[in-house]
Amino acid sequence: MDKIPILKMGPFLLVTIQVDLYDRLALTLEADLVQMVNKTRAKGVLIDISAVSIVDSFMGRIIGNIASMSKLLEAETVLVGMQPAVAITLIELGLPLNGVHTALDMERGMNLLKSMINDTSNIGDNEIEEDDLIVE
Amino acid sequence: MLQKKKKSILENWMKNQLVYEGLREDLISNDELRIQSEKLIDALVANLSADGINDLDSEKWSPVIEILGGISITRARQGFSPRETGNFIFTLKEALLLVLQEEIKDDPKTLYEESLKISRLMDNLSIVTFETFIKGREEVILRQTDEIAEISTPVIRVWEGILALPIIGTLDSARTQIVMENLLQEIVNTRSSIAILDISGVPAVDSLVAQHLIKTVSATRLMGADCIISGIRPEIAQTIVHLGIDLSSITTKASLASALAYAFKSMKLEVRRANTVQKL
Repeated sequence: MDKIPILKMGPFLLVTIQVDLYDRLALTLEADLVQMVNKTRAKGVLIDISAVSIVDSFMGRIIGNIASMSKLLEAETVLVGMQPAVAITLIELGLPLNGVHTALDMERGMNLLKSMINDTSNIGDNEIEEDDLIVE
Repeated sequence: MLQKKKKSILENWMKNQLVYEGLREDLISNDELRIQSEKLIDALVANLSADGINDLDSEKWSPVIEILGGISITRARQGFSPRETGNFIFTLKEALLLVLQEEIKDDPKTLYEESLKISRLMDNLSIVTFETFIKGREEVILRQTDEIAEISTPVIRVWEGILALPIIGTLDSARTQIVMENLLQEIVNTRSSIAILDISGVPAVDSLVAQHLIKTVSATRLMGADCIISGIRPEIAQTIVHLGIDLSSITTKASLASALAYAFKSMKLEVRRANTVQKL
């Protein structure tokens, strides 16, 4: 069965969706990603959907789910590279994806994640953050 | 019979057309008019035969209709009035009848019958002319509507990474769609992170328009850019609050200037007076 690779890079997980997601694949991704977040204690998830040209309400919901689940596991989700047509479709479907952070491309998404993690690390759990970075 | 008289029909027709006081010499030259007329008569006479005269749908007439349609559409585009276009075909009818009269003036019965046939034919042809004329005009109108929609939604790059989109006129669904598409595409092209939606040119905001605005802002957010709405006039602020529309999740600024200032601030840019810079 097809699988979407989840790459680990420092405290982040990278997911690049390069094929059109069908329902089963999306569900697998959701399960895998949550497992990975848990296993690696990742602080951020970066999902690149620049190659996705078709979305439906199900896909939109899965992305929203991933964001909410990651949040529960202490990781922020950033969605990058959304195509204009996809954005319009999601809005028309009534899925503004409120819990998800967005960025124009991978680079900016990475910067956004880094700044978010710095914010939280400055507040309190500085030590844990440092540890994580050293381990990777 | 008419074949032989082609020359004189043409002459008569040209004379009629030229005599007509509404002739638009500014739009079409005499030579051009003559060429058009000649072409039509050629096609007409070639197809004119006793049996097919009443049946305009038959295959034989398609070249005539085609030529006529072509002339009619060009005229619609050139800005002829319907009267002037109609005159083109009605003068031909007169010319034909005149020739007919001269040819068979000894036999009133045949003359009557033939005239009737010619009239019927020419009436049908003039209907075709008007149909195509109006079609041509409608095409022009359609194209202009598209153009207006294109023109009225410019996306301006006011600064590196900042886009402004002044909306002028009513926002309906179709226009929101265009606005949204243009804006999002431009965000991708210029890699902008802030978009300012200026609605000072929008005459009225109702719940539907507000809905469209919220949609546009959300879509921009999905693209990873911030969207600021500026230029909300007092009346519009009143209607928005009275309608109970919640815009609290959207950054709103009173003017384009303050929106730009806000954008600069969030991009960590600063605007200073030039002489201060020199002193430094």
